[in-house]
Amino acid sequence: MKKSSPKKDPVVHLPEFVTGSALSFPILKILKEDGTLYKDAVLPLIDREKALKIYDTFLFLRIFDERMLAAQRQGRISFFMTSTGEEATHVGSAAALQDDDMVMAQYREPGPLYFRGFTTANFMNQLFSNEQDLGKGRQMPVHYGSKKLNYMTISSPLATQIPQSVGYAYAQKIEGSQSCTLCFFGEGAASEGDFHAAMNMATLFEVPLIFFCRNNHYAISTPSEQQFAADGIAPRGVGYGMKTIRIDGNDVLAVMKATEEARKLAVEKNEPILIEAMTYRLGAHSTSDDPSGYRSRKEENRWKKSDPVLRMKKWLLAQEWWSEKEDQEAMDTKREEVRNEMQKAEKIPVSELSSLVTDVYDKPPWHLQEQLAELEQHIRRYPKEYPKSSWRFKND
Amino acid sequence: MSTKTITIREALREAIFEEMERDPTVFLFGEEVGEYNGAYKISEGLLDQFGPRRVIDTPISESGFTGLAVGAAMVGLRPIVEFMSFNFSLVAMDQIVSNASKMHYMSGGMFNVPMVMRGCNGSAAQVSSQHSHCMESIFSYIPGLHVISPSSAKDHKGLLKSAIRDDNPVIFLENELLYSLPGEVPSDEFTIPIGVAEIKKEGTDVTVIAHSRMVEFVKVALPALSEMGIDIELLDPRTLKPLDIETIVRSVKKTNRVVIVEEGWRFCGIGSEIADQIYSACFDYLDSPVVRVTSTENPMPYAKNLEVATLPSPEKIIEAIKSVTYRN
Repeated sequence: MKKSSPKKDPVVHLPEFVTGSALSFPILKILKEDGTLYKDAVLPLIDREKALKIYDTFLFLRIFDERMLAAQRQGRISFFMTSTGEEATHVGSAAALQDDDMVMAQYREPGPLYFRGFTTANFMNQLFSNEQDLGKGRQMPVHYGSKKLNYMTISSPLATQIPQSVGYAYAQKIEGSQSCTLCFFGEGAASEGDFHAAMNMATLFEVPLIFFCRNNHYAISTPSEQQFAADGIAPRGVGYGMKTIRIDGNDVLAVMKATEEARKLAVEKNEPILIEAMTYRLGAHSTSDDPSGYRSRKEENRWKKSDPVLRMKKWLLAQEWWSEKEDQEAMDTKREEVRNEMQKAEKIPVSELSSLVTDVYDKPPWHLQEQLAELEQHIRRYPKEYPKSSWRFKND
Repeated sequence: MSTKTITIREALREAIFEEMERDPTVFLFGEEVGEYNGAYKISEGLLDQFGPRRVIDTPISESGFTGLAVGAAMVGLRPIVEFMSFNFSLVAMDQIVSNASKMHYMSGGMFNVPMVMRGCNGSAAQVSSQHSHCMESIFSYIPGLHVISPSSAKDHKGLLKSAIRDDNPVIFLENELLYSLPGEVPSDEFTIPIGVAEIKKEGTDVTVIAHSRMVEFVKVALPALSEMGIDIELLDPRTLKPLDIETIVRSVKKTNRVVIVEEGWRFCGIGSEIADQIYSACFDYLDSPVVRVTSTENPMPYAKNLEVATLPSPEKIIEAIKSVTYRN
């Protein structure tokens, strides 16, 4: 545990208050909206291959978001959340991590999964909660997870993943793993007590952890100016004794650069870092709300100009790493793949009934076995009332 | 087998010590557990033995350190979280109920949470309404949690060791007023399996089911019952979830009468569940309705006389036993 060295405070004899706005945070920007670089900006570690892998993930996410939003409207899935407009935050940070670094996400960060190899089928099986879903059909859509890809299964209650990430990072440090944890959350979730508890413990226990705040300016419908009076989330990091940086979250190169530097500090010095990425949720919070009721089209259009995907595309084109023709072809291929995988996933059967009671504990205890047996008997008597389960008994 | 006599406090300490020595992934987190040796001295000496990386004093932040332990458990550590008292676990309910208990299920079995949450439960001596909660029925309601609430030194030691080795999140409920109670424990290494009840005293007339401190209350009533010629069978479930209904049913089929004693409130108490399971499993064997002894359903008052009146007592237990045997 950190032993804080005694600090000599200057002594005064008249009351002097430090104002709540005493701190000001510069914002890191590398890539301009027109796709050129700011003068003196330093690129993160990026080559053509990595850049195209990031952009490929961007394209997938755009097409996936658009298609699955439509699928929800058609009643094919019950619920969906897009990350449109915020892709640079989660894909850019994933691109600056190592694959064995743990990602503890909130729910609007599917990028690291795709970037690390989660397939379109993996996404679809989760959304359609079929028997090939890694989560066995137990969670609402978009609650992905993959142990193999070091991406913790999404937990709905806001901010609970933040103290968990401290524990995860603590274990990584104890094991001497040379890896770190990156924890995503929105500026809205940062109002939960768990956020504060976690920030405090992270500096206290000196863990290799990157807190990545996506400040997308809205907690569902509540704008940030109605969520907190202070200057965003960044001052809180300093308040907990943490190195903190504010970045343009729609600038994928800035996201990568900040994450790259944060990772070094986290892994080499066990210093937790707070990154506040300023971004904007171009879509709704989820398929259960309509942003036109709480914000203006004008505001949305202003943010569309700083679209992270478009910005990166302009940079790739200028570098001649990418062409309009390739762009069109890649989009067509992805559309096709998303459509095909969705149709496949829809047809895969749901899990058999016995999966109801597996994984509640390591082994189903007697009372669950008994309740399952009773349920099976009941369903056998009323097969028509349970059409998707009545033909799916383990022992048949 | 040789035995030794130690207090429940020592039994708990030995269990943690032995498991930390056996398995380097066992860690202890909590307020005051290190430098101060624990608010109730359960962790005395553990910091010196295992160092500050494994015996960790946390800030006053139950949700924070419980969440930390959930995360650490998911990466392969076996954290023991000490709640200074289970009243404070209420601050951490989102982590316990929505995360620890469900992550294994929600992740399709990919991530499990092998952690123990332990500390004292129930009333102590005049600590009033916010420090006297009985949490067993709240936690037993939640799928994914094991809930243990032992009464003797031997059971505390053997069950805590099993809890630490268990791959599920375990709620381990102790009682402050039992910490100094001595008892015999085997001198050699032993564990007690989770989910197995024990008949503390065999008898023929009434099955009295009690856990934690209530076992001691029933024992106080024994001489008076014996004078009345009532020979009770005292059954301690030890683990509340999963419940050892087999042992309970076997006993009920022998005695045909049941009294269930618990310190918690009546409505939705542990006794409600046990009574329901008894009615389902052996209704025809009962010669009397099941009678329950519980606290009255008021927040615990501070004043000593009111606290005593709220809680079960040996006399209330005797009266319940008389009623199921139709004595006046």
